[in-house]
Amino acid sequence: MDLYIRPDYEVVRNTDRCIACRVCERQCANEVHTFDPETGKMRADESKCVNCHRCVSLCPTHALKIVKTDNTYRENANWSAQTINEVYRQANTGGVLLSSMGNPKPFPVFWDKMLLNASQVTNPPIDPLREPMETQLWLGKRTAKIERDEKGLLKDTLAPQLKLSVPILFSAMSYGSISYNAHESLARAAEELGTYYNTGEGGLHRDFYRYGKNTIVQVASGRFGVHKEYLETAAAIEIKMGQGAKPGIGGHLPGAKISADVSETRMIPQGVDAISPAPHHDIYSIEDLKQLVDSLKEATEHKKPIIVKIAAVHNAAAIASGIARSGADIIAIDGFRGGTGAAPTRIRDNVGIPIEMALAQIDARLRDEGIRDEVSILVGGSIRSSADVVKAIALGADACYIGTAALLALGCHLCRSCHTGKCNWGIATQRPDLVKRLNPDLAYKRLVNLVSAWKHEIEEIMGGMGINSLEALRGNRLMLRGIGLTDTELRLLGIRYAGESL
Amino acid sequence: MKRIYVKEEWCLGCHLCEYECAFANSGIADMVKALKGKTIHPNVHVEDCGDIHFAVNCRHCKDPICVHSCISGALTKGEDGVVRIDRDKCVGCLTCVLVCPYGAVLPAPDGHAAMKCALCTDNGRGEPNCVKYCPNGAIVFEEREAAE
Amino acid sequence: MLQREGEIRNPSGCAVTGVIDRSGKKMTGESMIEAIAVMHDRSNGLGGGFAGYGIYPHYKDFYAFHLFYETQKAQEETEAFIRRHFEIVYSSEIQTRKLPTVKNEPVIFRYFLAPLPRKLANSHLDEREYVARCVIRINAETTGAYVFSSGKNMGIFKGVGYPEDIGRFYRLEEYEGYAWTCHGRYPTNTPGWWGGAHPFGLLDLSVVHNGEISSYDANRRYMEMFGYRCTLQTDTEVITYIVDYLHRRKGLTLQEVSRVIAASFWSTIARKEEPARSQETLLRRMFPSLLVTGPFSIIVGFEGGLLALGDRLKLRSMVCAEKGDKAYISSEESAIRKIEPSLDKIYAPAGGEPVIYELYGRRS
Repeated sequence: MDLYIRPDYEVVRNTDRCIACRVCERQCANEVHTFDPETGKMRADESKCVNCHRCVSLCPTHALKIVKTDNTYRENANWSAQTINEVYRQANTGGVLLSSMGNPKPFPVFWDKMLLNASQVTNPPIDPLREPMETQLWLGKRTAKIERDEKGLLKDTLAPQLKLSVPILFSAMSYGSISYNAHESLARAAEELGTYYNTGEGGLHRDFYRYGKNTIVQVASGRFGVHKEYLETAAAIEIKMGQGAKPGIGGHLPGAKISADVSETRMIPQGVDAISPAPHHDIYSIEDLKQLVDSLKEATEHKKPIIVKIAAVHNAAAIASGIARSGADIIAIDGFRGGTGAAPTRIRDNVGIPIEMALAQIDARLRDEGIRDEVSILVGGSIRSSADVVKAIALGADACYIGTAALLALGCHLCRSCHTGKCNWGIATQRPDLVKRLNPDLAYKRLVNLVSAWKHEIEEIMGGMGINSLEALRGNRLMLRGIGLTDTELRLLGIRYAGESL
Repeated sequence: MKRIYVKEEWCLGCHLCEYECAFANSGIADMVKALKGKTIHPNVHVEDCGDIHFAVNCRHCKDPICVHSCISGALTKGEDGVVRIDRDKCVGCLTCVLVCPYGAVLPAPDGHAAMKCALCTDNGRGEPNCVKYCPNGAIVFEEREAAE
Repeated sequence: MLQREGEIRNPSGCAVTGVIDRSGKKMTGESMIEAIAVMHDRSNGLGGGFAGYGIYPHYKDFYAFHLFYETQKAQEETEAFIRRHFEIVYSSEIQTRKLPTVKNEPVIFRYFLAPLPRKLANSHLDEREYVARCVIRINAETTGAYVFSSGKNMGIFKGVGYPEDIGRFYRLEEYEGYAWTCHGRYPTNTPGWWGGAHPFGLLDLSVVHNGEISSYDANRRYMEMFGYRCTLQTDTEVITYIVDYLHRRKGLTLQEVSRVIAASFWSTIARKEEPARSQETLLRRMFPSLLVTGPFSIIVGFEGGLLALGDRLKLRSMVCAEKGDKAYISSEESAIRKIEPSLDKIYAPAGGEPVIYELYGRRS
């Protein structure tokens, strides 16, 4: 027990219901629950509890709940209990505070301040159950020259594009930060859904090469697991310049997560921390990026689209313009609420800008410069629902990356303790006994269900607007209206206020 | 026929199946009422050895040795393939317990008879309760050609 | 206060009709007036207009600009601009007939123009692009002046009122052309404005449209990347620019343009034979932002022909008919029957299926 820090949560057990089956005890990797043979009763040590809800979910008699403790410091609007505890924690250890998953602070969520349009009278809504509704799209450059063959037919002069049947991809999560079974689930779901998952920076396990058609491989600053076959196996290659949860910061996978398999996949020693540098040390400027884009294209015979992923930062629009002129086919932008397996808390909670603003500005900037067709735009961090997807596309995105939502579908309860490596749901861990808790046969279906459900909802929303193809929704900002936004916010988003007519 | 199979790869050793089995066969509608403060006697048993876990169930063998060994005719294999025990006929000799190679037949708590899994066909559940509540899909109820 | 056209997006319902004599024989605008009058109820008196092709044979090599002026100052500024960029071969006020039903008309002028050769050479643009940019510039930047027709040997005539009144106002019975289109407007958002009436034109392209497209802002924001300025915020304007961009600037055939604007569903494309399957797939992959969704039926007039196209769900009516050399397109059959009771052929084209009628011997 820490002398200073009291637990944030309490495990409440309804002893009338508890049958002492000890499932909670067996399932808690944090060893919160114990059985007392003398009394025949279960006990809990909540100082170890991360509030992941594994015990709550599995308790067959619903005897458990986790509640926020009412143990309180003297109230202080400036010094919250969390802030005080963080000071204690740092005084205890002298360390940088670490956190996982997305920024939990109460910043405005602009998705929730935008409303969608629907057709009435002058233009009929379309019923997706009766009429075709197209969610298929292609990602990549659209700047093709019109050339004809001797018969007068158009030649395919387009650069390689990615075909998607839904505007949703699974965002980069590395093998290492998440488990083998989590990766398998994502890969299988991507294949069934006709979309893509992303390896993250941890390389690609040999077992998953067979999902290559649906795989985006990442080349990050640590170059973990990057080799010829890795690049050739993939459908597309993503250069990771930054991540929304930790712009300007590299990665750090603790040695404890570097198992034999992870070590082989990443091509690094087992048990040693994997540190990816903050910058790519061969990219100190935009012209350097162009060289990496070109060399990856050369290495794969110009057959695969190249994605450049950046964190949403203040100057994102200008950076995106540079990327669009670098030969990249797709820009991925990761908002400051995006998730992570581990990031310094202060960075995660204080650096970057909302994805909505970055997207609106980048799309507008690329159009102003007449280069929107040079790249497709992928956005993530955080897309929480089909409504967010529709709003993102109406603002100007081509498609969305989902990470946290996908993990939730796998069972994640957002306890934000990924960095401890003891994920009770078998997702963000490499401990074999925990990894096996995620059965891909069940888990991939949950991902398929989630995305299929969103697809239905997207179709319903589009139908309501009288739109029957995603292509006609992209950048269609008249379909959006702001609510509770300032003039500056409206201007930056490029939308009108609710109540303003067409 | 559909049988219960266990995928050892996914069995977590949480032992939930034992409690769900005991509950299903208790004849009581409320789990707390059925199991609280009681020692359970399920038909399924999870065997643990380090990180390996396996829920052992009756396999409803094609040619069940327990049926052959039963001296009172209490054990029978029905037309549906399910091996059942008739408590009224059972004399409690427990020969079946001794001969079952899987340890899937056990003495009933009262000691006067044997007991075993009937795939929840005898308790009104309709489908095996251990399968229904396995949190990781480790226990499945399915038709497998090779097993026939 | 109601905003003026262009300050606010203005969708509208409508009636459209068109006729072409494929042998090139001329007809006056009178028959169009009769046809559109039948569909009186599809307009609400807030806009009507006509486009005639082959009407200026004596000036056929010059760009015919039709302008609305709201103020003397706008006219002075615009004429100064025109003189800086063109040689004015002939200019005059367009002759109109005063009618009690046509009110508040602006000053309406016509110019026949040739680009100044040195100015054109210095611009490094081809002639048509040069002219198009001048038109867009006047319309976007000069308050109170509006170029509503800018093609060669063709002219658009439009205004606020019922279309049959607008036709008589412009004395269209005195013009003779081989093709005509006509539009009656039912705007749903602003009181109609003269410049906002249809047809909308750029160079020799003219578009009349009935519908309200749901893809508007996606189309508009895409087109504005290429120098077009959607000042009117109407569907017709953006559709005209799309056709101009794809046909004139990118070199697609009108068939191909139709496959972009009213693309077949992916599922339909998958069932098509080669090379249609790969060609249509390619067009959708190249120009996804120019797919137009929501209800529309349009008649595009161009030098030498007419193109009829409806949205891919066929949410607006459209019939085509033929009689000898003449071909007719209309929102309603009644309008065609009114001017030609006995037809050789009449049919309703499927949604998204383009119908192109051209002068004999011309290849689009």
